Amino acid sequence: MSALAPSPVISASALNLIFQTGDAPVQALKDIDLTVSRGEFVSFIGPSGCGKTTLLRVIADLETPTSGTISVNGMTPDEARRARAYGYVFQAAALYPWRTIEKNVALPLEVMDYPRAQQRERVAAFLDLVGLSGFGRKYPWQLSGGMQQRASIARALAFDPDLLLMDEPFGALDEIVRDHLNAELLKLWAKTKKTVIFVTHSIPEAVFLSTRIVVMSPRPGRIHEIIDCDLGPDRPLEIRETPEFLAIAHRVREGLRAGHSYE
Amino acid sequence: MATLNPPLAAPGSGVGRSVLRRLGESSALPILAVVAVLILVWYAGAVLLNWQTEGDRLVSAGAPYTGLDHVLATWSAKRPVLPAPHQIAVELWTSIATVRPTSPRSLLFHAWVTLSSTLVGFAIGTGLGILLAVGIVHSRVLDKSLMPWIIASQTVPILAVAPMVIVVLGNLQITGLLPKAVISTYLSFFPVTVGMLKGLRSPDVMHLDLMHTYSASRAQILGKLRLPAALPFLFASMKVAIAAALVGAIVAELPTGAVAGLGARLLAGSYYGQTAMIWAALVAASVMAGLLVWIVGRAEQIVLRRTGGRA
Repeated sequence: MSALAPSPVISASALNLIFQTGDAPVQALKDIDLTVSRGEFVSFIGPSGCGKTTLLRVIADLETPTSGTISVNGMTPDEARRARAYGYVFQAAALYPWRTIEKNVALPLEVMDYPRAQQRERVAAFLDLVGLSGFGRKYPWQLSGGMQQRASIARALAFDPDLLLMDEPFGALDEIVRDHLNAELLKLWAKTKKTVIFVTHSIPEAVFLSTRIVVMSPRPGRIHEIIDCDLGPDRPLEIRETPEFLAIAHRVREGLRAGHSYE
Repeated sequence: MATLNPPLAAPGSGVGRSVLRRLGESSALPILAVVAVLILVWYAGAVLLNWQTEGDRLVSAGAPYTGLDHVLATWSAKRPVLPAPHQIAVELWTSIATVRPTSPRSLLFHAWVTLSSTLVGFAIGTGLGILLAVGIVHSRVLDKSLMPWIIASQTVPILAVAPMVIVVLGNLQITGLLPKAVISTYLSFFPVTVGMLKGLRSPDVMHLDLMHTYSASRAQILGKLRLPAALPFLFASMKVAIAAALVGAIVAELPTGAVAGLGARLLAGSYYGQTAMIWAALVAASVMAGLLVWIVGRAEQIVLRRTGGRA
């Protein structure tokens, strides 16, 4: 690889994952080959059961593949996890209800033994980044669902991880809040230059956010197609009505349909 | 009908009505009604149960007596089978208000003796319960090896265990408060262990996965996730445990011929046929249990409110 090419953050080849369930083994992932470069925004899209969340969990070392190789920053997922490479955002905000918002954002910093002063600094900075300054003393239940998810993004970014892994983070929110947070997330991505892996089942969301879209199909979970999404860095919400956007959305929809048909 | 209405509509009755309404809304009325019914039933029970003995006494006294005399006699017997509520109230009053609290004749003195071993046993039991639960959550071996014994320990009747524990500890020159506290511990660690186990295992997968992605240590997961998540479970089980600890302390006083404590009071009452004394001790025990559970409940409110509870 030449020195100019972006170094891969994630490279997976021939990944398989088989869950041993009660009656029959279930192949959750089959022959996954994927390379993600630094600074990319890659979405996994597909119907439920296609393994998109499982693949994300394999990357995060929350599941162990049955066969195949995967490396993150040249390390195994386990080593990468120990090196604290992952900021993970779940489907639900998963804030600890007994902690205030600022204490929730400080949680990874406490676990990683950041000095007190630095904890305070980072909490303030990242709450500001997600637009939650002034809500630090509130408890999670006092915030709306969208605000809770923003707090959980601040928590994921607080320790400056290499990778931001997001598992349908806005799936439970209404469309208006979701649009708003999508726009915010793009700004955040531009500011922080993180590599983002984003799991979704919304086509417009995937097209709006991503630089590449991985279309997956179910039973067994596999990659059907990888679609480039070169809409450029500047994406106002109105971009969703442009022909370029609709063309990519159409390709994704076709891919999802084709992936579904040969079950 | 019309003649019945004026008293209700009379001036001033509005006040009485609003008091009634407030009672109804605050749910005090149903509670008071139940209490009133219970007291009536109790007085009736006293008549029935004391009828025979008081009848015999009146007959042997020789003087003529009416049915009303007989009924009144059942409510003021010296050694009633079932003392009437006012007799228990009098006994409570004389044994609390008319003697110094430090005197062995004071109910407060005996209550304190029982309370002290209850509290010591409850504290040890809660600590032990938490430790066991933490150990079991972190070790499959402990789960498999300890859990059956913990459950078995509670199937043995406490009345059978208490004398043995007291005798064994007595042989080791351990007497007084500690053996009773051991019985309280024996009864109170179990609900705490079970409740804490449930609580320590209550964090959902996402909360645990989150810690995993931070590569948090087991101690950090315990301190920052499992223990705080277990707090509501801990308080619920502590309410059960403190009542059980009180029962344990009283039971421990029974087989040992203890001279002090509510258990000793129960025993003395039954030796001398002083049923009012027994009932007074029982009332003291239940008031104490109610207070202890209430205190734990208050502590729960305060702690949970400080940790983000909505209450």
